[in-house]
Amino acid sequence: MLPANTPNQRPPDARLLVADASGRLRHASRDWLPRALCPGDLVVANDAATLPASLRGTHVRSGAEVEVRLAGRRSIAAGAVREFDAVVFGAGDYRTRTEDRPLPPVLRPGDSLVLGPLRARVQRLLGHPRLIALRFAGTPDAIRSGIAHHGRPIQYAHVEQPLALWDVWTRIAALPVAFESPSAGFILDWRMIAELAERQIGFATLTHAAGISSTGDAQLDARLPFDEPYLLPESTVQAIECTRERGGRVVALGTTVVRALEHAGAGGGPLPSGPGIATQRIGRDTRLRVADAIVTGTHEPGSSHYELLGAFASTSLLERISDALERNAYRTHEFGDSLLLERQTSALARPACVPCKLSIALV
Amino acid sequence: MSKRHDSLEGLRVAITGGTSGLGLALVETLRARGAAVAFVARNGARVAEVARAIPGAHGIAGDVASKDDIHPIALQLTGALGGLDVLINNASTLGPVPLALLADTECEEFEAALRTNVLGPFRLTKALLGALASAARSGRPALVINIISDAAINAYAGWGAYGASKASLAHLSRIWDVELRPQGVHVIAVDPGDMDTPMHAAALPDADRASLKRPSDAAREIVALIEAHGKEAARAAREHAEPASA
Repeated sequence: MLPANTPNQRPPDARLLVADASGRLRHASRDWLPRALCPGDLVVANDAATLPASLRGTHVRSGAEVEVRLAGRRSIAAGAVREFDAVVFGAGDYRTRTEDRPLPPVLRPGDSLVLGPLRARVQRLLGHPRLIALRFAGTPDAIRSGIAHHGRPIQYAHVEQPLALWDVWTRIAALPVAFESPSAGFILDWRMIAELAERQIGFATLTHAAGISSTGDAQLDARLPFDEPYLLPESTVQAIECTRERGGRVVALGTTVVRALEHAGAGGGPLPSGPGIATQRIGRDTRLRVADAIVTGTHEPGSSHYELLGAFASTSLLERISDALERNAYRTHEFGDSLLLERQTSALARPACVPCKLSIALV
Repeated sequence: MSKRHDSLEGLRVAITGGTSGLGLALVETLRARGAAVAFVARNGARVAEVARAIPGAHGIAGDVASKDDIHPIALQLTGALGGLDVLINNASTLGPVPLALLADTECEEFEAALRTNVLGPFRLTKALLGALASAARSGRPALVINIISDAAINAYAGWGAYGASKASLAHLSRIWDVELRPQGVHVIAVDPGDMDTPMHAAALPDADRASLKRPSDAAREIVALIEAHGKEAARAAREHAEPASA
């Protein structure tokens, strides 16, 4: 796959690989997504807006330059801006791959960090020299102002130009609680949302504080995804129940949506609305209870995102998908192409869905 | 403490240009009625002063005419309010002061008027549309109020930059409204009338202030519009819900 290295959320030549419930692969233009779904289906998206979570500054005790990446929070409430988990890097910036970034100075509980107008204190280390719990000083309004003005979106070495906040906000971005963009949502624009409605396909949202996708540190990356709070609105629960009653499918737009829905639905009873904290890992052994399909970016084997796809499809199908993406030069990473993956085996008996015909080739 | 009968508690409102004139009156009126309010203005010291004077109001320093300020403003608004139900694009500029004939208006002055009065509201509405549509999906009223003027309709000599920019904002409001209705977001343009404000004094220093509307009266009228919209949205949500539960 090729790295998508320009921050264009909806390039006109973006593509969609469709892997249907029978394991058949087809290529489509990405704006065909509504035509690859069925009337009665429900698309559920993550409407979190992305914080400028990269904060540069100084570790006061050592005088060393640091980059602090906010990476975790304990509450979905937008007002909860005092305490975060964070990954700390030493000198350098996004032009250096995270894998090659130096460690920060030795961090100890009580250490002060000066991050532009923000003052923070290290509360504790979280089992790794880069990973800390920190607490900002000041009022919530002052902290938000400091983050809004001093912070920058977390940058990617594979994207050539610095990302601005508007590059990483999806069209539906609402509450600013995500640390990296819920980038599967880049596929959406208001025209597509209108087209979903025209085709009798439902659209609903939840808010999930999407965490960082990679730290460049193998030990830390093995701990991803961190715990992520989410909010499942009552209106979305109702839309899901209505969809299921009528035999439609729940199509999760992005791995964060799968994680939130499956956490909420883990009990197997009626889906509860309200806040929750997704703590689980999803993989080949996970029994999906809510999501019938996922629309996601194209992920490299080995990542936690790729691992999650194992809940939807067999290893052999995922290998065929990876092969098709590779052979057809799909673009990967946040601004890359998309995959629509339908769950191969459905626990619930559903009427056969015959999506609108796609003018695309079989692989 | 019991909730007053006309309480707007739970309503989340953002107001630009919130430190003087109509914007300040809106902040005061809405806070007095219990709404959650965040306001934006350019002068950080004045923002802090107003925020101190009106308990519970969230003050945000930023310039809606600046592209780079829009997302930081949007982030702070939705962060402070936990979402957004009503956006009032009130911040305005007159263009050249003293007022100038169009033929004497510098291109840069006209561009500046368009940035504040048209592009600013466009950009901020666009950045906050996700939050507004999210509110609408949850059955809450989602409303954008763009403050215009009769100068948007009538041709007054000397009001070229202001009038043309407000006319643009008025038409933008109509198009937004048509396009966003399916998402449950309503957009209206409101002419509050000639008010006794610093902006009016800058435009017409010799005007008889006694003949001008008080900003607090205009603010009450706008709040009444917001309430009427809220009732209409609640009625529509009930009607929408009934067939599903039948």
